[in-house]
Amino acid sequence: MEWIAALGRFALDILRALGHHAAFFFELLRTLPVSLRRPYFAVAQVHALGNLSLLVILSSGLAVGFVLALQTYYALATYGAADSVGLVVNLSLVRELGPVVTALLFAGRAGTSLTAEIGLMKAGEQLSAMELMAVDPKSRVLAPRFIGGIIAMPLLALLFSAIGILGAYVVAVLLIGLDPGNFWSIMESGVDVRRDLGNGIIKSIVFGVICSFVAVYQGFEAKATPEGVARATTRTVVISSLTVLAMDFVLTALMFSTR
Amino acid sequence: MSKRSTEVLVGLFVLLGIAALVFLALRAANLSSFNGADTYTLTAKFDNIGGLKVRSPVRSAGVVVGRVTSIALDPKSYQGVAKLDIDKSVQFPTDSSARILTSGLLGDQYIGLEAGGEEKMFAPGDTIKSTQSAVVLESLISQFLFNKAADAGGPTAPAANAPPAPSGAKK
Repeated sequence: MEWIAALGRFALDILRALGHHAAFFFELLRTLPVSLRRPYFAVAQVHALGNLSLLVILSSGLAVGFVLALQTYYALATYGAADSVGLVVNLSLVRELGPVVTALLFAGRAGTSLTAEIGLMKAGEQLSAMELMAVDPKSRVLAPRFIGGIIAMPLLALLFSAIGILGAYVVAVLLIGLDPGNFWSIMESGVDVRRDLGNGIIKSIVFGVICSFVAVYQGFEAKATPEGVARATTRTVVISSLTVLAMDFVLTALMFSTR
Repeated sequence: MSKRSTEVLVGLFVLLGIAALVFLALRAANLSSFNGADTYTLTAKFDNIGGLKVRSPVRSAGVVVGRVTSIALDPKSYQGVAKLDIDKSVQFPTDSSARILTSGLLGDQYIGLEAGGEEKMFAPGDTIKSTQSAVVLESLISQFLFNKAADAGGPTAPAANAPPAPSGAKK
């Protein structure tokens, strides 16, 4: 009997958490128009989340491009298809690695800083002070950060893919010595703007929503203690990474299944 | 940091992102070559379309002039029907012929259009009359082996069941 009750409690807990997330999400959406009236707050967040993440995103993209080009070259050269290196690198970056790796880095670089910032504001009772002054912390603090993340994430993913392809060009053409004309033309004929690039952008927007929402939610719901903030920051990384990976599988199955 | 310089930096960031999008769309994907340009549709029926796919290129003299937009089976004649989108700026005479060719030995298949000598040009929606099917590698190989066996067994012997020719006789 006891374990049936435990199971029931477990299921109810999950439902409660789900409902709480959903309610929070719609609350956040409701405050968006208010924060759009003062766009500078969101712009400042794009700077904090986007500009300051550039270095880590660009260097990772370059490294991924280098390595991907080398490995696909080794594999393809045995089949005499070395010229398709650019195509393989481009498709894997634009469809999968660009959005996913950027989202994972974004969760680590930007999501954690959001959670810690909001959590500390809460611990320092700044959020309560705002409420006392009749300023809604959701529209003043959370919404601009949410929007900033959603704007920054697709741009970062695009930059990641672009610099990865340039990295592949450096390795495949400049170092290995493949023909640059073939490199670009095979890539060009094999990649479709709407199907591959468009779906990749949709993915990165979805991941931007996931990462920003998880970060903001965890920060706002953090226990107002040093330990609580530390835990919330850890949870941000874990939850956003796992959600992004799971969503990526679902989106890939939906987008690229039919021919 | 002042409000102004933050805005400038964010503007630069957004511009950089748009530049990446433009680079990916133009340089690394096929937006530049022929997408959204004016096209007209032609139909071609083949006995065997081989490995032709939707979005395979249509080439004339090696230049890409269009793409295959749909492939279906004609339920009456049991032929493969390919619909081709051809660039508006290129017109073909009505006696042009379509062949299914392969780029490289094992590469992708495409449709080769060979212009004829007729004065009249194809109107949108027309059907290309003279077509040549894809070469299927298996039938090519079996034909080759068949001929070999026929050569070895003499002109009268049927191919596969022919007893091995006395090898001493020929040498």
